[in-house]
Amino acid sequence: MLSGIMLIGGILVITRKNPVHSALALIVTLLAQASIYLMLYAPFVAGVQIILYAGGIMVLFLFVIMLVSIDRSMKERQFNSQWVVGIIAATALGGLFIAVFTKGKDIFPEHALPMVENDNTQQLATMLYGQYMFAFEIASLLLLVAIIGAVVMAKKRI
Amino acid sequence: MESMLHITTLHYLVLGAALFLLGVIGVLTRRNVVIVLMSIELILNAVNLNLVAFSRMWGGLHGQVFAIFVITDAAAEAAVGLGILIAFFRNKETVNIDEVNLLKW
Amino acid sequence: MLAYIKSYLSSSQTPGAAGNMFWVLVYILIIFTGLSIAVMLMTWLERKVLAHMQVRLGPMRVGPHGLLQPIADSLKLLLKEDIIPTEADGFIFWIAPFIVVLAAFTVFVVIPFGPTHAITDMNIGILFMLGVSSLSVLGIVMAGWASNSHYPLIGALRSSAQMVSYEVAMGLAVVSAVLMTSLNAEGTGTLSMIGIVQAQQAQGEWFIFKFFPLGLIAFFIFAVAMIAETNRAPFDLAEAESELTAGFHTEYSGFRWSLFFLSEYTAMIAVSSIAVTLWLGGWLRPFPNWLNSPTWDKAFSLFPGIALLFLAAMCFFNAARMPKHPLFRVQTIGLAVFGIVLGLIGLFLFIPAVSVRVQDIFWFAAKVAGFMYLYIWYRGTFPRYRFDQLMQMGWKVLLPIGLGVLILTAGVALVQQNLWHP
Repeated sequence: MLSGIMLIGGILVITRKNPVHSALALIVTLLAQASIYLMLYAPFVAGVQIILYAGGIMVLFLFVIMLVSIDRSMKERQFNSQWVVGIIAATALGGLFIAVFTKGKDIFPEHALPMVENDNTQQLATMLYGQYMFAFEIASLLLLVAIIGAVVMAKKRI
Repeated sequence: MESMLHITTLHYLVLGAALFLLGVIGVLTRRNVVIVLMSIELILNAVNLNLVAFSRMWGGLHGQVFAIFVITDAAAEAAVGLGILIAFFRNKETVNIDEVNLLKW
Repeated sequence: MLAYIKSYLSSSQTPGAAGNMFWVLVYILIIFTGLSIAVMLMTWLERKVLAHMQVRLGPMRVGPHGLLQPIADSLKLLLKEDIIPTEADGFIFWIAPFIVVLAAFTVFVVIPFGPTHAITDMNIGILFMLGVSSLSVLGIVMAGWASNSHYPLIGALRSSAQMVSYEVAMGLAVVSAVLMTSLNAEGTGTLSMIGIVQAQQAQGEWFIFKFFPLGLIAFFIFAVAMIAETNRAPFDLAEAESELTAGFHTEYSGFRWSLFFLSEYTAMIAVSSIAVTLWLGGWLRPFPNWLNSPTWDKAFSLFPGIALLFLAAMCFFNAARMPKHPLFRVQTIGLAVFGIVLGLIGLFLFIPAVSVRVQDIFWFAAKVAGFMYLYIWYRGTFPRYRFDQLMQMGWKVLLPIGLGVLILTAGVALVQQNLWHP
């Protein structure tokens, strides 16, 4: 049922004319995805997804939609002039996916390994600060660069 | 009913692939730049779903750690992308991708 | 049935953790009703306390000392005409108040009123609460957009920018409190709300006093950020722009506006509960470890009954002070009856079986009530921040202080861990 919500949300994202409706549909998709993360024994990732994605990035999107969207864009056509090529490419990709999934169905084990949920955060933290420390530092540098870049991009006079 | 209730990794992967496909359709066919950026976020989410599903399958937490990094990455890229969008909008007053043709000869 | 109730009451887990759906529903109902009553009480209390701070009396007419004023207010709001602007985006206009209310009420799923008195105890409790309170920003942005007029849009953008900025400071303060939970023998901390209070109990001091003054500074940062987060004075640009120009809830009338109002007070209670759980020791009575002999336990367990009897005494005192005029007879009788009811509840709370269970909830509610009084006090005292001053304070003052507190707390905790548990 959750996957149904996600798929409907995804379809709504790409088909609504009003970008605010698309943003709402994306929020619904993100929340459904957080619930699926909970089903996959990943509570920390679910929490991070809600805080960052649904609470941060979508607010950013809504801000920009409000600053940028003019009524003219809502009265125009929805799909751009290359939509035929786009649909063909997407169909090819879909065919590829279907081929992969029907051929390779048997390599996945039937029953999943049991995972404990209680110390998910502690284990994640140990791994994040131990094994992936370098990636962590680089991610923080990336965020710094992104902040500076966004500020410079949106300034009126450099 | 017995096989219906049993959700294997394959189901999550198919869901991730479907979301990815939707995101790709959105990127390739929509006219409004903001919706294209949102479809990119959809693609990244589908990738995250795959990562976490595999992490569940193998029992380790590496997939979840990488999923956190992907979320961080998506935030940074959304911020910069929207900054570029605002800078462009200030010059051209449109959010139509078809009219982003300054380099066209 | 009685055995069922008895078996639940002696369980040592929250209903959510025990998978007991019936009691989860009962809890949800109790919390929902309690919250609604608390919010109505808050509206009355705010008007009375603000009025007394401004040397006037506040609502006195509707019931005895205005006690029925919230009921009158909600009746008026329910019966008002529901005006929707013509150019407004219908679906978003309709759904925005619901998202804000949803986000405000969902926070209460993890708030612990006692060691087993929570709906459920997620082991990412704090993370869940931070995430859900960041969903209310979405509702506000949508409300401003759907009204399709300039003032609500600007008000919504300002309010959401303020809330997002102060969420960062809140997050840092929360992290430095969670850090203090890891000072036990195994070195493991926890994000679950019940675990945080139990860590305070095990370590023998409330986190506000820990590593003095670091706990205090972290608490102070959280206190300031939570006022900004709920759009209250002195950070109430979005709410008070209704008095200056307009706010994001301008175009909402009647029931929809009351939903925003309700969600604002609920969010206030929610973030106060977070502050109480993280720093002030949740449901623990004062000095749980220092004065922990059974006589002190008995003395402290008399407090709920004494508090309610005190309230009943105040009711009787004020009933005696009412003007002796025939027109005031109804109000005097009403106040006396209210006092009798409070007194009976107070006496009921003296029964040992009841007072043992009610104690945790009482101390929690007392601390949250203290916070509510502080909220009203700030509103009556401080002048309003200008928007750029607000943003400047959030990013340039609270964020560096928060980072500093976090680093210092981590350093001191590391030193203490290595000294005590090498």
